[in-house]
Amino acid sequence: MIPAEPVKFYQVGSFAAGNRLLPAELRTVQADASRANSLTSGHRACQGCGEALGARYVLDAAMRATDGALIAVNATGCLEVFTTPYPETSWRIPWMHSLFGNAPAVATGVAAALEARGRSDVRVVAQAGDGGTVDIGFGTLSGMFERDDDVLFVCYDNQAYMNTGVQRSGATPPAARTATTEAVGPEPGNPFGQGKNMPALAMAHGLGYVATATVAELHDLEVKVVRAMEYRGARYLHVLVPCPLGWASEPADTIRVARLAKESGLFPVFEAERGEVTRVSSIRHRVPVENYLALQGRYRHLFGADGTVARPDIVGRIQALADANIARYRLLEGAEP
Amino acid sequence: MTERPFGITLEVGSSLANKTGSWRVERPVYVDRLPPCNDACPAGENVQGWLYQAEEGAYEAAWRTLVEDNPMPAIMGRVCYRPCETACNRAKLDEALGINAVERFLGDEAMAAGWELPAPATHPHPRRVLVVGAGPAGLAAAYHLRRLGHHPTLVDASEHPGGMMRYGIPRYRLPREILDFEVDRLLALGIDLECNHRVDDLAAAMADGGFDATVLAIGAQVGRRTYIPAGDSAKILDAVSLLHSMEGEEPPRLGRRVIVYGGGDTAMDAARTAKRLGATEALVLYRRTPERMPAHPSEVEEALEEGVQMRWLSTITAVQDGKLVVEHMELDDSAFPRPTGAFEEVPADALVLALGQDCDLSLLSSLPDVKVAEGLVDVGGDLMTGHPGLFATGDAVSDERTVTTAIGHGKLAARAAATWLEGRQWQHPPRHQLADFEHLNPWYYADAPKTLRPRLELARRISTFDEVEGGLDETHALFEARRCLSCGNCFECDNCFGVCPDNAVLKLGPGRRYRFDYDFCKGCGICVNECPCGAIVMEPEVG
Repeated sequence: MIPAEPVKFYQVGSFAAGNRLLPAELRTVQADASRANSLTSGHRACQGCGEALGARYVLDAAMRATDGALIAVNATGCLEVFTTPYPETSWRIPWMHSLFGNAPAVATGVAAALEARGRSDVRVVAQAGDGGTVDIGFGTLSGMFERDDDVLFVCYDNQAYMNTGVQRSGATPPAARTATTEAVGPEPGNPFGQGKNMPALAMAHGLGYVATATVAELHDLEVKVVRAMEYRGARYLHVLVPCPLGWASEPADTIRVARLAKESGLFPVFEAERGEVTRVSSIRHRVPVENYLALQGRYRHLFGADGTVARPDIVGRIQALADANIARYRLLEGAEP
Repeated sequence: MTERPFGITLEVGSSLANKTGSWRVERPVYVDRLPPCNDACPAGENVQGWLYQAEEGAYEAAWRTLVEDNPMPAIMGRVCYRPCETACNRAKLDEALGINAVERFLGDEAMAAGWELPAPATHPHPRRVLVVGAGPAGLAAAYHLRRLGHHPTLVDASEHPGGMMRYGIPRYRLPREILDFEVDRLLALGIDLECNHRVDDLAAAMADGGFDATVLAIGAQVGRRTYIPAGDSAKILDAVSLLHSMEGEEPPRLGRRVIVYGGGDTAMDAARTAKRLGATEALVLYRRTPERMPAHPSEVEEALEEGVQMRWLSTITAVQDGKLVVEHMELDDSAFPRPTGAFEEVPADALVLALGQDCDLSLLSSLPDVKVAEGLVDVGGDLMTGHPGLFATGDAVSDERTVTTAIGHGKLAARAAATWLEGRQWQHPPRHQLADFEHLNPWYYADAPKTLRPRLELARRISTFDEVEGGLDETHALFEARRCLSCGNCFECDNCFGVCPDNAVLKLGPGRRYRFDYDFCKGCGICVNECPCGAIVMEPEVG
């Protein structure tokens, strides 16, 4: 079993994907040369796509956890479009797409069909972007949660509708520029005080298992997928996946941006069972939010030409959000000095 | 046709047909950089290489990598001033690696386990080489010549081999059984040694023995003196003689109050030795400021811990019976010390001069083509003197007078001499670009402070000549080795393989690293940013 706590004192400990000094079972699935590569090469995602990375991380871990007995249902979105231009597919697992809003309902149907045929060994994963999860698919997802259907639902959150040209979604953070929340006026970008906290909504359904993760901490992400597959019933995994296109960040910085989202406190990484937070991933080296914001063109209007903060009022409000997360989830406990 | 579902006209294809590598404008490339420890090592050790093997507990393999460059790890693990640790990138993260402690552990393991040095190669045309001086430089030169298959003959004026390692470094820093063990192991490779053999005329010695080449490694044995008016009964001696006489039957008598004049490592050794000989007061006088002291900081610190006192900006103007006349100095506008005219009498039973050492180069007088400049033998980049086939090495050619430098120099002289014997000139091999801290992604390294080496209790330390610093046990040595960042060289952490969104990194198996699949690599550069050790760079696509 993969350890939940970091392994120390082994050069890179458990921070890198692998570690030649660790026993093979303590390394990640991604370090294994015979990993499933559920999402294979040749897909049409942009350079440095966080979602392509996140989807392979999640599905390869789920493939190992289920011994390869896995069916994936996909909502409409980047992940569907860039992997399956007819007649090609990048998926090396059974994979199904129907509509934008109905992925949870389709997954429910697949799970019901498997149950009817007595195939409890085959597990179902449904996946969508933030639009397909918090907006368009929310009704069917809430129903799937409420019925406790045996599906792991994974949201790859890149915080806007990227595939159609970076329009705002219910997961777009405050002050971020999108095509529908331009950086104009006294309060540029997406307004404060709107949007949905999807992990909290999932917890409010009383799910057996809810977790958040980022593409920056592979060990943590894989542990959560394995845990999720140990449960039966509805489960929810929310993975932050930076989008170089929509966030206007450097493709090479995808993992760095995800790491700073967590290290600043803006994106709390935790696990919850039956509505209660049971474990948080501590901040290791705390950073101010501007370190995270400065890497992304969608926040460029908060900075001057010389790179210094030009809107301390807005950056201060974003910092307050991070501070509130740190207090609420106790993200600094157990942090290394 | 009818086999396909309704509305489907094409067979399912794989996206592998879509070669996304064509999107790329820059490509990632694996590189090897020169780690700062290797770069800084005067003995030219592949420090990172042997640490890498020690990390997985392969201590014998690590020791074998080490002795490729330095045949005396147990000595080095005790007396080296650790320029590798000064250069170590880990210092910018928490604390520098205790490289020297791991080296000593490997050296001690080798002694306990009886690991043998690699057998000499068989050379098709072995040559005879005279090596004058069996100090660290001469021993290293003889070792590397022997390993290449040649037959070196070592001659030394002293009773025992080791040079300054025996007659300059006190026992509390280098126990003599360690020295004897490593020197004997080296000589057992088939190196002839003649002790009590002083060479007075090098030209004659070379001709008489019929040698094909000669390596001069005579060291710097003559303690510098300065003129100080002194009374008849004043006891003045130089530090080199003092430390040398510690190897004799009768320890020298210094008295209760000992003054050491000088600011180098030898001054520290002399003061600490005086303490151990029973001096109640050991005072170091130095004419400049503490920052200008040439002694290594660790030596100064240990001397102070043992109760050695120090006074800076002081010169000795006269020595009288039982006391010194000391003049206070001050810094002038150009920070140069100048006399103040303020004098003080300091009681003293003995004065030890530690003002540096010179080389006795009188043996070269019969070789007019060998040039001498400022007390050092003049050599080219290949260490050859003006006399063809005569190479000079160690303290005789260098101002950087440490054992480590001498060992590296001896290796260089051996390789240059062997190359010359084949009718070619030695060229320094090209060096990789330095692996600066800026090339690393320090996020990935687990936080782990340095293990402090156990030290003998202070009280015990100043009353005996027992070794001051202890060694690491296996657990701690392994821990210390695993703190290595592997700066600039792939250590197979699988991160590039893991973080590629396009599965365009191929894992080739243990020891074989990785390869990029340029058919699919889009050139995003995540692998470059997320490589912990900076072993990947982006290069522009050509064409």
